[in-house]
Amino acid sequence: MLKETAKNLLAKGGPFLGLVLVIGLFSIPAETREFFLTYNNFKIIFTQTVIVAIGALGMTLIIVSGGIDLSVGSSIALTSVVGAQLIQRGWAPLPVLIAVVATGALIGLLNGSAIAGLRMTPFIITLGTLGVARGSAKWMADNQTVNYDTSPINGWMTTADPFGRALPTGVWVAVGLALATALVLRRTVFGRHIFALGSNEATARLCGIATTRLKVLVYTVAGAFFGLAGVFQLSRLRQGDPTVAVGLELDIIAAVIIGGASLKGGVGTILGSMIGALIMAVLRNGSQQMGWPTYFQEIIIGLVIIVAVFLDRLRQGKTT
Amino acid sequence: MAAVCLSLEGIQKSFGATRALKRVSLSIAPGEVHAIIGENGAGKSTLMKILSGAHRADAGAMTLNGAAYQPENPHDARLKGVAMIYQELNLALHLSAQENILLGAESARLGWIDARAATERARAALAQLGHETLDLERPAGDFSIAEQQVIEIARALLIKPQVLIMDEPTSSLTRADTEKLFATILRLKAQGVSVIYISHFLEECRRIADRFTVLKDGETVGRGKMDEASLDQIVTLMTGREVKDLYPRTPRTFGAPVMSVKAAASAPRLRGASLELRAGEIFGLGGLIGAGRTDLLRAMFGLDQLTAGEVCVVNAPERGSSPQLRWRQGIGFLSENRKEEGLMLSLSIADNLTLPKLAAFSRFGWIDAGRQETVAQDWIGRLQVKCLGGAQAIGQLSGGNQQKVALARLLEHPARIFLLDEPTRGIDVGSKAQIYALVDELAAAGKAVVVVSSYLPELLGLCDTIGVMCRGELAEVRPRSDWDEASIMRVATGSAAPTLC
Repeated sequence: MLKETAKNLLAKGGPFLGLVLVIGLFSIPAETREFFLTYNNFKIIFTQTVIVAIGALGMTLIIVSGGIDLSVGSSIALTSVVGAQLIQRGWAPLPVLIAVVATGALIGLLNGSAIAGLRMTPFIITLGTLGVARGSAKWMADNQTVNYDTSPINGWMTTADPFGRALPTGVWVAVGLALATALVLRRTVFGRHIFALGSNEATARLCGIATTRLKVLVYTVAGAFFGLAGVFQLSRLRQGDPTVAVGLELDIIAAVIIGGASLKGGVGTILGSMIGALIMAVLRNGSQQMGWPTYFQEIIIGLVIIVAVFLDRLRQGKTT
Repeated sequence: MAAVCLSLEGIQKSFGATRALKRVSLSIAPGEVHAIIGENGAGKSTLMKILSGAHRADAGAMTLNGAAYQPENPHDARLKGVAMIYQELNLALHLSAQENILLGAESARLGWIDARAATERARAALAQLGHETLDLERPAGDFSIAEQQVIEIARALLIKPQVLIMDEPTSSLTRADTEKLFATILRLKAQGVSVIYISHFLEECRRIADRFTVLKDGETVGRGKMDEASLDQIVTLMTGREVKDLYPRTPRTFGAPVMSVKAAASAPRLRGASLELRAGEIFGLGGLIGAGRTDLLRAMFGLDQLTAGEVCVVNAPERGSSPQLRWRQGIGFLSENRKEEGLMLSLSIADNLTLPKLAAFSRFGWIDAGRQETVAQDWIGRLQVKCLGGAQAIGQLSGGNQQKVALARLLEHPARIFLLDEPTRGIDVGSKAQIYALVDELAAAGKAVVVVSSYLPELLGLCDTIGVMCRGELAEVRPRSDWDEASIMRVATGSAAPTLC
């Protein structure tokens, strides 16, 4: 019974404990104690989490459905370049937002169609798209950054709020979408079918779920999230950069796995993935404040991924 | 035949609580072909695994050429002179024929492969089989199944075995290739190699074997010379069981036809099956594993696409065949493979139960979890599923309880035609009896049921009509009263000329 409780705690509370642990870790040293646990710092951390968090929403859908998407970083770069070019042409923020999200969804649609239609493993297809999307971004941007004068979109991710202590728009959007996605994943037929697909594709098919269509849908919806992440990437950089977000998919996958999802599919929660994304951001932020060089941050984050996947395996071993 | 090459005495083997082998004896003479005969689950595979060193016997003695024989592992068994050809070929398909033959026994000098010696040894082994012309350089994957089998046998011959075990060697061979295999076996026999031949096909055993041993429920129940025993005698030995009072039978009459299959074929196994299913009928499908029974059920349910023929559902205007459509038509399918296909082990009982009709538990796409749970509770109570509640992950239940939930999925839908593939495989007797009672109840209520089963008493006890499949064809369909275990086995093993309906 005690073992059962410990197991549940590891599965459900694990990510949360991890978050408390990393926050605690950075709150103690003299170098960071002053500044780390302040509202302003957390405002920065939250803002820095937005892109990974929104990416993780889409990635959670994909991983729970038993898939993977390696093309996210490239998709974000491509969609942010598209956004910057549309702003250059004088588009208003809302049409830009819609067009960029649609571009992301289109990439997802292509991924999903190739995976479901050609019956190839998502790893290979999205590894291919990773290159295609990155190359297309550079091509469209003529291999340089796409600059524009200014746009209200720039304000969606700013932490410099002269009038008060409000969180930037991006954070609220991420929180709102996380709530909505969690509800969809937990409470709707679509969400339950995603779990069924990831848990056992053969059973899903046997039970009359149109698995091909469902897969395409999952990658398309996730692509829309990646497009939205591209909008916030654009907002943060204030320019379209085709070389941005290299390897970001790994941060996003790590966030989802740290959050308790299984790479085998059928298991995962939005809350967990969001905590996972926060853990990654806290680690980055804390390391910077400790004055650790970037290479040291990379090592730490790499190790955290390994530990998280190890925990994933441990959970798998215990539950089956 | 006084000389004995290999002998086994009182071999026992248990896996946990299951006693796979209770008391098995066997003696093989040099240069004889010895058939091991038995139903699925009689213990043949376990016995061969003990012989080939993959398992160790719990008790009993084995001697080879008068000396105690205790192989540590399959490699040790090979070195001692006992080699095995498995039903599933074990070739590295990307490597050449020669590399495959020499795998694990490469000719090498200081770690460098001696190409000339390698070619010679591979050639010699192939010559022994009469296949000297085989292209040694071609990748194994480019050869036909029959040639791949020759490569595998050549590998076994490399270490000059005294006993060669062949497990269902003809199951994937055409008739012509079977003849070639027999020629190979006769060659080996002439060279003094003993062959232990395992096959479901009694006619084959009869043609190639000198003597036979019959296993049933882990025991040796008979042995003798092949030419002194009739097929009927052997079949009686294999199946000699009484039907227990497990199978309730409510008096019922058949209604109108509800589904029909006409000359259906699908890749890779189903070659031709026709049947008509009536309301209130329990239709049993017998035959050996791999005879195409599951394939027929999958084709009927739209999981496999037909390559020929057709499946018709009565009163169903919609054409086509897909699982989605079949569920809509009120047809449910129970997979023989609970873990890999039937259930989503990480999801809850309630989800597993309601997946085909989640839409009915939702409004505008939102699931009413309360109603889902109520329905799950209802079935848990009605079928006496032992669990903590509808929210428990189904992977935590026992096999019998998992099967009840899998069946409840069809009942809840509700299906009017039930396609049940091995509904009682691997579950306890109590759950079995419950499932039999349930199936009887369904038929009495006018539902149509198709049951695939490898267990003959179950087929005979449960079904109204029985069709027996052999090598991808539905060979014969007759009322239950026209069948007995021996006649089912005869048709299943292809030893009776089918009188087609």
